[in-house]
Amino acid sequence: MKSTPYLLSLPALLLFAVVVIVPLGMTVLLSFHDWGQYKGIEPVFILKNWREVLTDSYFLEMFGRTFRIALFVTVLTAVFGAPEAYILNRMKSPWRGIFLLVILGPLLISVVARTLGWALLFGGNSGLINKALTSWGLISAPLPFMFTETGMVVALAHVLMPYMVLAVWAALQRLDRQVENAAVALGAGSFTVLRRIVLPQVMPGILSGAIIVFALAASAFATPAIIGGRRLKVAATLAYDEFLNTLNWPLGAAVAVLLLVALVVIVIGASHLVERRYAQVFG
Amino acid sequence: MAFLDLEALTKTFGTHAAVDGLSLTVEKGEFVSLLGPSGCGKTTTLQMIAGFVEPTSGAIRLEGRDLLTVKPAKRGLGIVFQSYALFPHMTVAENVAFGLEMQGVAAVDRVKRVGETLELVGLAAFTGRFPRQLSGGQQQRVALARALVIRPQILLLDEPFSNLDAKLRGEMQIELRQIQRTVGTTTILVTHDQAEAMALSDRIVVMNQGRAEQIGPPHEAYERPATAFVASFLGKANLLDGAIVRPEKISFASVGLAGKVRTRIFQGNHWLYQVETPDGLVTVIRQNTGEAMPGEGDAVHLAWAPI
Repeated sequence: MKSTPYLLSLPALLLFAVVVIVPLGMTVLLSFHDWGQYKGIEPVFILKNWREVLTDSYFLEMFGRTFRIALFVTVLTAVFGAPEAYILNRMKSPWRGIFLLVILGPLLISVVARTLGWALLFGGNSGLINKALTSWGLISAPLPFMFTETGMVVALAHVLMPYMVLAVWAALQRLDRQVENAAVALGAGSFTVLRRIVLPQVMPGILSGAIIVFALAASAFATPAIIGGRRLKVAATLAYDEFLNTLNWPLGAAVAVLLLVALVVIVIGASHLVERRYAQVFG
Repeated sequence: MAFLDLEALTKTFGTHAAVDGLSLTVEKGEFVSLLGPSGCGKTTTLQMIAGFVEPTSGAIRLEGRDLLTVKPAKRGLGIVFQSYALFPHMTVAENVAFGLEMQGVAAVDRVKRVGETLELVGLAAFTGRFPRQLSGGQQQRVALARALVIRPQILLLDEPFSNLDAKLRGEMQIELRQIQRTVGTTTILVTHDQAEAMALSDRIVVMNQGRAEQIGPPHEAYERPATAFVASFLGKANLLDGAIVRPEKISFASVGLAGKVRTRIFQGNHWLYQVETPDGLVTVIRQNTGEAMPGEGDAVHLAWAPI
């Protein structure tokens, strides 16, 4: 076996190892250390942090919220993103290019800026929309958005929508237009064509998009941090809190590693299921 | 009253007329081919009959009623697309049953009719397969079954054999003809292959630049071409003494048009010659009888019966 390919990829592998693998390994090790408010981090090998993260109801609530939010975000992006991609696909140029830019444009803007935009629109009494609705007499008290789970779900769904649209759009590109015509010729109405012909064919695309969105939503930091504030924590902001406020690095490490492991299992498992289900059909 | 009546059908895209005043009547149970080179308007004509393209002017009547006011979904026509357009996420049985489902046929009857039609195209054992798992020829048969099972008034085929290899194409052509004769469905086939059109059709419509240059039975269009285009498109043609002479009608004789053999090609059951003469390059076809034939570079005399 020639060693040239391996030697050529060595620089990149080394970079990857040093910047990603080693710190990850160190974090895993860190999660097994002991910590005390006065003694600091003690480099031993104990299971204290893991026991706490896996059994304490507080942490279970945090992870439950994280995955609950991720699930709602995924469903929302699927429900809105798939039709968006379909309409985009049916557009003629130049509109198609323009709207592609409109839909993907947010990716060019920092997620912090986007989330702050939501805060400006909906935030408390001074939020634009709340102000408008109150002054028109449509609502008596401002709609709760900031520091609520609903607000987090909405903002995250908006932030992650482009990923779903892209995944579905890619799947739509592979469809043969003649297949839809064939269904029409056989007597199918437009809605039936969508439901029985188009949707089943793009389903693998939607599911791929869903896996991506779920992983990104569960590990999201900026948006939950801004919308959720100090009280409403998810896994990522919790780990952040432990590291920077409580200074209990080993516990923070345990939270981070648990999130990573859970997401790896979910993503690989879901991908495997999707591939197996559609292998016969799409190859 | 004709079964299908196309009256002065025209379709213009901007200034370009893809179909220019095409008129055609098709009898019930007839097999008609729209034959011509790319861009002659044959596929556009088929799409207008199917309802996917709206004519600029002209009329289409099926059994007397105006078809142009009927939506494509309600026309009840069976279409086989060039790419077969099978539903990739459905099995063979589900693909074929789809049209019946849309018609509201009960499940029990659906299974029976799907079974019968798959039997007709020779795919009874493939009900559970997905299109991906089938060969080109098998996919084409599924497409045909899907179009036939709904008992359409007209079967439309858009260059259905162009993706198959030569041998399979020949076999499928014969099968299609047999199936059409068994079921008796009025059929319109679009093709650029003149041999295919001649083999399958009751009548051929030779199209060029949106117009029909000749409409007639294959034998008649071949022996008595109406225009030079038809003569050269259907088989090979030589222009000799101001008349069109087919290559197989020319023989090598002791007296006649003098010439020299430029090329000789062996085609199994016949020989193909290109002979240089004062009247130009003449194509000659002689059946392979096992006798010795002139070779390349030989001096020959060409003779043919006067038209």
